[in-house]
Amino acid sequence: MPDQLLYGIEVMINGLMAGVLYALVALGFVLIFKASGIFNYAQGVLALFAALTLVGLQQGQVPFAHLINAIFGTEIHHFGWELPAIVAIVLTMGVMVLLAIVIEKFILKHLVNQEPIILFMATIGLAYFLEGFGDIMWGSDIKTLDVGLPQGGSIWIEEKTAALGGDGFYGFFIDRLDIVAALVAALLVISLTLFSQFSKQGRALRAVADDHQAALSVGISLRFIWVLVWSIAGFVALVAGIMWGAKSGVQFSLSLIALKALPVLMLGGFTSIPGAIVGGLIIGVGEKLFEFTIGPMVGGATENWFAYVLALVFLVFRPQGLFGEKIIERV
Amino acid sequence: MLYREAGDFKTSYVEDGQTFPIRFDRWRYYAVLAVAFGVIPFVINDYWASAVFVPFLIYAIAAIGLNILTGYCGQVSLGTGGFMAVGAYSCYKLMTAFPEISILIHVLGAGVITAAVGVLFGLPSLRIKGFYLAVATLAAQFFLVWLFNKVPWFYNYSASGQISAPERTVLGVAVTGPNTEAWAKYMVCLVFVVALAWVARNLTRGTVGRSWMAIRDMDIAAEIIGVNPLKAKLTAFAVSSFFVGVAGALFFSVYLGAVEVGEAFGIQKSFLVLFMVIIGGLGSIFGSFAGAAFLVLLPVLLKNTLVGGFGWPTDLTAHLELIIVGALIIFFLIAEPHGLAQLWRIGKEKLRLWPFPH
Repeated sequence: MPDQLLYGIEVMINGLMAGVLYALVALGFVLIFKASGIFNYAQGVLALFAALTLVGLQQGQVPFAHLINAIFGTEIHHFGWELPAIVAIVLTMGVMVLLAIVIEKFILKHLVNQEPIILFMATIGLAYFLEGFGDIMWGSDIKTLDVGLPQGGSIWIEEKTAALGGDGFYGFFIDRLDIVAALVAALLVISLTLFSQFSKQGRALRAVADDHQAALSVGISLRFIWVLVWSIAGFVALVAGIMWGAKSGVQFSLSLIALKALPVLMLGGFTSIPGAIVGGLIIGVGEKLFEFTIGPMVGGATENWFAYVLALVFLVFRPQGLFGEKIIERV
Repeated sequence: MLYREAGDFKTSYVEDGQTFPIRFDRWRYYAVLAVAFGVIPFVINDYWASAVFVPFLIYAIAAIGLNILTGYCGQVSLGTGGFMAVGAYSCYKLMTAFPEISILIHVLGAGVITAAVGVLFGLPSLRIKGFYLAVATLAAQFFLVWLFNKVPWFYNYSASGQISAPERTVLGVAVTGPNTEAWAKYMVCLVFVVALAWVARNLTRGTVGRSWMAIRDMDIAAEIIGVNPLKAKLTAFAVSSFFVGVAGALFFSVYLGAVEVGEAFGIQKSFLVLFMVIIGGLGSIFGSFAGAAFLVLLPVLLKNTLVGGFGWPTDLTAHLELIIVGALIIFFLIAEPHGLAQLWRIGKEKLRLWPFPH
């Protein structure tokens, strides 16, 4: 095979892997949108917050150390212990559930029956709040997250594929972390599907997604469902935070993955879990291939906007996205 | 006692249809204008101009622009930063290409160019609605910023990739460039604000404005009663982008003087203007001013109290500012989803009956 084609394939595979990571974030959006009709802009910041909390707990940082030092003139920063990764993950999950309860109690409860745009704004406010809160709690310096996931290119794949090309080709470079991420994402989607299809709470969740009032009238507690769904979204955010954090460090830019997930959502449809996955893969492959082929001609860095323009053009032909529910409008 | 219709007789249709039907309101409006034109320019200094007044006026223009699109026509846009960049860069290109023409014309020209770009990105709104549209406008935001970063023609091949405003004068007084005095900056922005707010107010209560509001309330029903959605949506995009473009042009040429596109017109700017509109009140010109004033003053206030008053480190204050802005947005949405303008409206209703509410 010619090398150029092989490089193209390598770019495509890496695009697929990146797409899985986008899909992970998009999944959190879809879950909340389906269950409560809220377009949750804070999902990216949730991922950042989860990752920050995880690192902080794991390394035994003192929360609000910077603030305490500024007020009382002390010099504290660490408790001096290190937790094993699994304990830290469980504790972080606890924090995310707590956060879900707080969000329900202080924000959502008061905004029942408001227009979607108002709820959307509230989640942007929440995003700002959490961003500042996370920074003040754990500090804004870049942190490395290490929960024992494999890192670096897979030598095995490189050796196996090197024979395909000529002398200048050294095999496909695929990050082992991406492979783990793909597996985790697959596992997550399967378990979420099983949960929503076969468990009692999952059915209640789908009922709420279908019709709030009908669900209320058969005795489903809306408030519990909202806490539940925000907890699940927090869990998905935690997984996404771990993956992205391990890949590029825990820092502010982590919250910008929300912006990456938006075109994925548009492409796949806001209400479809398979849509989020397929959309993620299309966007991942599309933007990598575009950058690889057209990018050098127009100055590069096309990844910033390609996904949006692709989604925009696509939506003009299919306004509800790939798998979204058909939009029926009545007067 | 002062604030009521009683005794204020209207004897012609023109009087009946005026913007401020209550006499007290009219006088208040004239008083505000008199202070803005007659007092502030003489007492303003550099700090007040660059920290409070000039950004407030410029953001007020941008907020009115976005309010026309989002508040009056119901099309949520997250591309404001990108459109402001179009205004800034077209103003820069016009300023450097035609140095003999007045800067005021250039700013208006920048608005017209932005309007054209806005219409282009508004075209999908005929098919895409709601959140899908909001996300679609992000395409404009990212694409435009990328374009201005990558195509050297837009920044005249300058080595730094920045654009910086050359000195231009109006009536012999420098209004752009490093030698501009505080009052000159303030006056230029003020003139634009007053003129554009007047235009916006009159557009929104005329035929065009009513067709926008019909589209906002329910586009299918509006279409059935004979509102042309193509015309209404595209005019909303055009007018809105014109305002935003003028704001961007002023932001670059008068306020900052030199900008780097990703920094000055990034996605954060889009959200900031959107917050102004939401906190101020959707579908209200006064709300745009109130929202802009609130979000311009808040950081200044926080900074002065926390850094100046308590001596906290600045990074901590920056984080705290995020927390407070976020919490305030949520608080406002819960307490009064229709924004400061609604509080103002309620206040006026109360004033009419004061001091005998029964």
